[in-house]
Amino acid sequence: MAEVRAEMVANVWKIVAAAGDTVADGDTLVILESMKMEIPVLAEGGGTVARLAVAEGDVIQEGDLIAVIE
Amino acid sequence: MLASVLVANRGEIALRVIRTARRMGIAAIAVYSEADADLPFVRAADDSVLLGPAAPARSYLDGAAVLAAARQAGAQAIHPGYGFLAENAGFAASVIEAGLTWVGPPPSAIEQMGDKISARNLVEHAGVPVSVGTRQAVPDVVAALAEAERIGYPVMIKSAAGGGGIGMSAAADPEQLQAGFATARSRAERFFGSPAILLERFLAAARHVEVQILGLADGTVVGLGERDCSVQRRHQKVAEETPSPGVGPQLRSRMLAAAIAAGQAVGYRGAGTVEFLVDEPAQQFVFLEMNTRLQVEHPITELVTGIDLVEQQFRIAAGEQVSFDPATVASRGHAIELRVYAEDPRRFLPSPGTIGDWAEPAGPGIRVDAGYAAGNTVTPFYDPLLAKLCVHGADRAQALERARAAVAAFTITGLKTNLPFHAELLASSEFISGAYDTSIVDRILAS
Repeated sequence: MAEVRAEMVANVWKIVAAAGDTVADGDTLVILESMKMEIPVLAEGGGTVARLAVAEGDVIQEGDLIAVIE
Repeated sequence: MLASVLVANRGEIALRVIRTARRMGIAAIAVYSEADADLPFVRAADDSVLLGPAAPARSYLDGAAVLAAARQAGAQAIHPGYGFLAENAGFAASVIEAGLTWVGPPPSAIEQMGDKISARNLVEHAGVPVSVGTRQAVPDVVAALAEAERIGYPVMIKSAAGGGGIGMSAAADPEQLQAGFATARSRAERFFGSPAILLERFLAAARHVEVQILGLADGTVVGLGERDCSVQRRHQKVAEETPSPGVGPQLRSRMLAAAIAAGQAVGYRGAGTVEFLVDEPAQQFVFLEMNTRLQVEHPITELVTGIDLVEQQFRIAAGEQVSFDPATVASRGHAIELRVYAEDPRRFLPSPGTIGDWAEPAGPGIRVDAGYAAGNTVTPFYDPLLAKLCVHGADRAQALERARAAVAAFTITGLKTNLPFHAELLASSEFISGAYDTSIVDRILAS
């Protein structure tokens, strides 16, 4: 199981993957927005998206959980 | 002269405009979002009005809220700074309709230059060189492929209404074009509210050089030299210098004449910037776009000319003469601007946070235009510009030396900044040589 956490304060702009999806290493899970820049959050290693902990429009803090991949 | 001005912006540019206004005896009114209540520009103003929540759409981009603030504070004029509402022709028109003075160009000039396709066609008609490109919006990917075939690869894909490099990409072949076109369209709709896309021949190894113009109250347009803006990451400027090391005297005079012709073609008033791509070996240039506002990097022009451009904006808006003799403007020495961003210096990813220590460099030839101070929080809602570190020297070598010392002396803790990148830039042989182009940042990161 791998937890994907936020590297910085950001707004969640777009959810790309859904719970239950099979993802490969490097696939985009969600796209964050911070300081007028889009920042894709990528899967590190393949697996199944067990959980998405954020929704579009959320403001997240550094270290917040974004997704769990199994 | 104007009695009061509302500065419809935030951060360093709001503070910079407020300073000149107050020096001229113009009362300065700041507007701010809930996220910015503690920033220096709010405190520096004579009066301030809360616009709304942090989201730009509900504060700095909310034209009705800005006009309401102007009425509430009794402002006589509105200065838009850069970004936000600065290039919104509809907002400029509503300011004028409300009986206020708009410290900017006529709304018609903003509109004509705001669409990159109409701007291209307009300046080409005025005799300004343009690159091979589309003369109308490219409606779909099929049309884009046909146009790219006609123009010849590589092509640059751009949003007609866009700016800041958002959604822009170069395509070397049809496959890259299809991907780039889709991205550019979605970004253009999201950020600029218009899906119009244009294609232009992409010049690799080009320099990005712009000319500062001033449209005077009597209708004449003067050129105040060029700025080299080739140091970019993600098509956004990181450092600028004037004069450009890649522009000889002959090319300079041709570029100034072209910029003046472009300004005259739209009946320009106030401060504006005409951007060009320069093919240095051939000493040729093509029009890129015109920014109908004060430019972020305007301080380096001020350092070499001794002219306060914001003062001239106020004078022109008030229908008065400028403070200098346009016939005898001289450029003295060399100036460099380094944009200090809240971002990590390798991947250039945003780094919002709370500032611990903040100590600015000082000394001969050093100017710092900052938007923040110790204890301020840098939020994720706005662009990452913390400060502009500007240096002036008798020549380029002295300016470089002063820039290195100033970067080393600038202390910002609590968040990541790109100051270490600037140290690398100033130490790189390519930048020191002056023989660089818009890919210099990629090369520095790769080395």
